[in-house]
This record gives sequence, C-alpha cells and structure tokens, in this order.
Amino acid sequence: MDLHYTPEERAFRAEVRAFCASRLPQDIARKVRDHRRLDKSDYVRWQDLLAERGWLTGHWPREFGGLGWSPVDNHIFDEETAAAGAPRLIPFGLNMVAPVIMAFGSKWQQDHYLSRIRENRDWWCQGYSEPGSGSDLASLKTRAVREGDHYVVSGQKTWTTLAQHADMIFCLVRTSTEGRKQEGISFLLIDMRSPGVTVRPILMLDEEHEVNEVFFDNVKVPSENLVGEEGRGWTYAKFLLGHERTGIAGVGASKRELAAVKDIARSERRGGRPLADDPLFAARLREVELELMALETTVMRVLASRGKAPGPEASILKIKGTEIQQALTELAMDAVGEYALPFDPEWGTLEGAARAPGPSYAAPLAARYFNYRKVTIYGGSNEIQRNIVAQMVLGL
Amino acid sequence: MNFSLTEEQQLLADSLARFVERDYTFERRKAIIHGEGTSAEAWATLAELGLLALPIPAEHGGFGGGAGDLLPVMQALGRGLVVEPYLATAVLGAGAIAAGGTDAQRAQWLPAVAEGRAKLAVARLDGDSRGTALHGRAGVVLHGGEADALVVVAGEAAFLVRGDAAGLERRPYRTIDGLRAADLACAGVTGEPLPGGRAAVERVLDRGRAALCAEAVGAMEQLNALTLDYLKTRQQFGQPIGRFQVLQHRAVDMFIDAEQSKSMAYVAATAAEEGDAARRRAGVDAAAEYLARAARRVAKAAIQLHGGMGVTDEMPASHYAKRLTMIGTWLEALQ
Repeated sequence: MDLHYTPEERAFRAEVRAFCASRLPQDIARKVRDHRRLDKSDYVRWQDLLAERGWLTGHWPREFGGLGWSPVDNHIFDEETAAAGAPRLIPFGLNMVAPVIMAFGSKWQQDHYLSRIRENRDWWCQGYSEPGSGSDLASLKTRAVREGDHYVVSGQKTWTTLAQHADMIFCLVRTSTEGRKQEGISFLLIDMRSPGVTVRPILMLDEEHEVNEVFFDNVKVPSENLVGEEGRGWTYAKFLLGHERTGIAGVGASKRELAAVKDIARSERRGGRPLADDPLFAARLREVELELMALETTVMRVLASRGKAPGPEASILKIKGTEIQQALTELAMDAVGEYALPFDPEWGTLEGAARAPGPSYAAPLAARYFNYRKVTIYGGSNEIQRNIVAQMVLGL
Repeated sequence: MNFSLTEEQQLLADSLARFVERDYTFERRKAIIHGEGTSAEAWATLAELGLLALPIPAEHGGFGGGAGDLLPVMQALGRGLVVEPYLATAVLGAGAIAAGGTDAQRAQWLPAVAEGRAKLAVARLDGDSRGTALHGRAGVVLHGGEADALVVVAGEAAFLVRGDAAGLERRPYRTIDGLRAADLACAGVTGEPLPGGRAAVERVLDRGRAALCAEAVGAMEQLNALTLDYLKTRQQFGQPIGRFQVLQHRAVDMFIDAEQSKSMAYVAATAAEEGDAARRRAGVDAAAEYLARAARRVAKAAIQLHGGMGVTDEMPASHYAKRLTMIGTWLEALQ
C-alpha cells in the first residue's frame, strides 16, 4: 500500500501549477474564485491556451492526437487547474462525444470532429433529455427518419446546457418504434446552424441562462453524421455515461470551495468571535471536510485500478461528489448570514460586484446554492445512480 | 500510488480468513464470549500463523510489520468479529514496549508475545503518582483483566506493571460488543519505568486507532454482505424485500459508507507511520472521526433492514452492528 505520487507525477503537478500561474488569465481566475458569471469567451480563452499547449486533450490516446495521460495524470491536471481557479472544461465535446466517436465513429467523423475538438474550434452540447423523458431516457421521442442520404429530425430536447453557445449537438434520436424502446435509438451529430433548429432559454433559480430547450423542425442531417450503427445509440450512450469516471467526483473544485468556505468563516463574525470558532459551524464544516478527504482517496483507489473497464464506481463518485458540492454551497451561503439575501443578477459580474451590499464575497453565494441543486439531478439523478449501484454492484 | 496487497500480506490475510471461517464460527464465538472471554486455542493459532509476530520488530522474533501490514489482518479480524486481544497485545502493548521500552524489557516481552506466551494491555492512569509508586484508577482498559503485564501511562511517564503486582486491583467484565475490559485500581503499585514515556505510547495508540479503523472496515463489509443476503432471501409481499427501491437505496448508502470508510482506513494507516506527530495525529483523527460516524450509520441501517430479526441475539448481523456501534467509543478511548 502506497498513497504517494511518483516523482514523475509530482514533476507533472509542478508543471501544471507553473503553467496556471503564468498563463491562466487573472480576470478569469478571479471570476471563478469569487463565483462571478463566466462568459463564453472566458471558457474559450482558457481552452485555447490549453489547446495550444496540447493539454486540452492530454487525456486522449495518442492515436487521436492526445498525450496519452494516465488517469492519475488527468486527476493531477484537474486538481491543479481547479486549485488555480481555472474554469471547468466544457465536457460535452472533450469527454463525452469524443470517446464515443473514438470507439464507434467513422474514419471521417474521427478525422473531422476530433481534430476540431482538439483545436477547440467547436462547442458541443448534449441532446439527451426530453420533456417526457428524464430519468426514463429510453422513452425519448425525437424522430429521425432516413430519406436517401440524410435523416429528417423532428422533436424537442431540453435541459441542454449552454446550447446557446454551441456549434454542434450530439443527440439520441428515435429511428425505430419497433421492439424494445432501447433498440430504436440512434446517435446523431447535428450542426446547430442547420435550418429548423431553434434554441429557447430556460432560466434557472439563479435567473441565469444556463440551459435551454432545443427544437428540431424537419432538420436535415447528412447520414454520415450517424455514429456507428442505426439502433445502437443506447449502447453508445451507456458507454459515454461510464466513461467519465473520476472527474465526475469534482474533488479538485470541491477542495478549492472548501478552502473558500474556511476563508469566509474566518472573516465573518458571530457573537463577537470568528464564525470559524463557532462549534456548530465548525462541526458541519468538519463533516464535509472528512467526506471530501475520504472521496479523494476513493478516487485514488479507482484510479489505481485502471485497466478495468469503466464501471459502476462512477455512480458512487457521482453520488458522493455532488452531495459534497451541495453541502459546500450551503455552508458558504450560511456563513454570510443575512447577506445571503440581497440579490441582483447584475452583481454576478466582476464590475457589478462592487455595487453589491455586504461583503464582496457574499452576493453570489445564495444564487450559487440554488444553482447547485442541479448537480444531484443532472447526469442521471442520484436516485438513478443508486438504482445502478443496487443492480450492478449489489445484485439487488 | 498502489492499493494492492503484497503476496505475503495476501497470504496472511487469506490464512486468517480461512481460520475464522472454519474455527471461529458465530456459535464458537458466542461460546467464547459467554465463557472465558478469549480462546487459548484461537490464540495459539494466531501465534502459529505468525500474526502475533507481525508487528513485533525483527530483532525480537517478529516481522517488523507496520500499519499497512496490519490493515488486511485487522480487516480479516473485523470480518470474523474476532474477540481475542490481538489489538491490546500485539499492536498496543507490544508496540509500546517496542517503541518505549529498555532492551531488557523488549527482550523479555516481545518474543513472548510473538510466540503467544504473553498477553498485554495499555492503560492510562487517572491519579497521582510519585516516582515509580503508582496511585490511581484506570477505567475500561481493553483486555486489562487478563493481561500478564500492562503498560501504564501516568502523566508524562509510562511504566510496565505486572498483572499480579502487589497493590493492583483488577475488576474485569464483558463489554456490550463482545470484548473484555477491566477497571484498574492502583494503590502504591510499583512500576518499571518505560523510558519512552507517554510520547512513545501515544505513537502506538495512533497505530492502534488506525488498526481499529481497518477492523471496522472488515466488520462493515461483512455486515453489508449479511444484510444483502437477507434482502435477497427474505420474502414479503410475494417477493424478496431487496426488490423494494427504498431498501435498495439504503443498501447502496451502506455500501458507499463502507467504501468511503475503507479509503479513510488507508489514510489512517498511511498517517500512522508518519514521523511528524502533528501530521500523524491529524490523519488518524480524521479517519477515526469518519469511521465512528460511518460505522454507526451502517450498524443502524443493518438492524433496520433486518427488521425484527435485527434486534435479536440470534442473528450474526446484530453482533456486527453492536461491535460497529461501539467502534467510535473505542476509538475515542484510545485517543
């Protein structure tokens, strides 16, 4: 048993840290640390810098232009960039559609789309959920009808994260209504600029435009944009869900947020003493800290067992990781007391922050708390994750 | 980073598991608990398997194993709910003598422990001691009643005290989780100074807490396995109760608790070997706090999922639940 990193891994950590210190734009890091709103350009700028260094796709296999990082390298990268205040990488292209294209896509799809993702030229979004198909995703109804060399797609997707920025969407569509509902599903890549695609914003509890409804009205999609075989989309979707194994735990970002809560608790005062010295608050904080510490080692254990196919451990990391993320947003919100109450979306920007009442860190915290209620719902709700573990691990 | 066992560690854990399965059954354990409290036969087997020698330094007839080596052993003991004084003797008592004793003390006691000839315990005296004359009391000393010698911490000093020393009164009893413990009263007991003093013993107590964390993980894993069996076999409403989602989700949370606890047991085992006292303590404290809470959650859930059977003395699961419920209390007592 050895919980330590190798000298090479430690050197890589130092390299990532140095890169962040010199190249991560300060204004972006400030927004992330202070929980301000990030624009499309913030994500794109950071991802461009990484693409230039080859690190945007460092975890990709070499044959697809990656650097072949080990899962441990990738974990180190996540942890260091999160600690430095880098924005999260938009995962839809990099970590979601890319592995599917690598495993099941055509040569043309691999050459065309993978290089564009690697160079940060396309922003992807995910077309899975529909108004009538949430947890029961396989009941989805968006139809794709083959007509000669293209499909005609009609229907509606929803909860589509940042679709307003997207160039491309990967969709689960119904190509057959025969047999088991899972067997009539196909995996289609659709250009968001195609005639007939409409995006309508859905505002969240924090009044932010983060998700959308995407409507398809007789959208023509070239048949070369079908991934793999018709009717196998459900298999590819399941492959995708299990693929992103350890990143889903969000350990790096949670460590940064834990440190932020501690900072706030040292600045805030209750009953004439720092909030950090309040035994009730300290006990709540400690509980989350220990859970995070355990999760970090659990992630390491999953990393150390690499070579094994991605499996239901991703569900465990998702459940614990998201519970911790929510607990941290709640602690941060509670730490600022009544200054969690004043709200104006305008204070969510770097410039607007100065106009917020109360301490500068307080204004975004309640909005963030409400925003983070999503994490136990998206990506397969935590209840669905528990179903998966009950079935696949416990055999119930 | 590496979480796998070495071949030796695996062999040792496997042979211990085989012994437990064959000779330390639930019924056998029950007889031990209601009889002497420990089993001479089982103790002889632990010696034979080399388990008692595992944490003893090589120059005194042992294998010089650290917290990482103890982890799979303690896990297997936990899985079998073994009530023998392994922790008190081989980890704590022998550890304290190895870390803080004189050469003569080490030569006298360590080979004896390795060979299964001596049992030890560690006590912390609450009282007023002058020189080597010990006065005071120690409450709920783990396996303190049957120890041939006790390492007694008094203030900043530590002493070796014979079980039959004049002026030492021992009141042994069972504990609710199937172990033995004793209250000690010292009225002018003469102790042999242990030069390492309290600091040496504290280091060993941290290793003991790490070991107890690993034991708890073993017990949790076994309790979860028993609970799963029950969910798959117990029929109500014409189907196994494990078909019900509300019970499934509870079982998943028990599983996650055990996995997270296992991670913390690794953290504790790693920290326990740290040279720096503050870092050692911080790591073990964190794991102990985590394990205490998680073990209790798992115990409660297991009883609940077993329904009426979970509150009877007949079910092995109930006994795991009792042990796990009290793990946190023991961890605190060793702090």
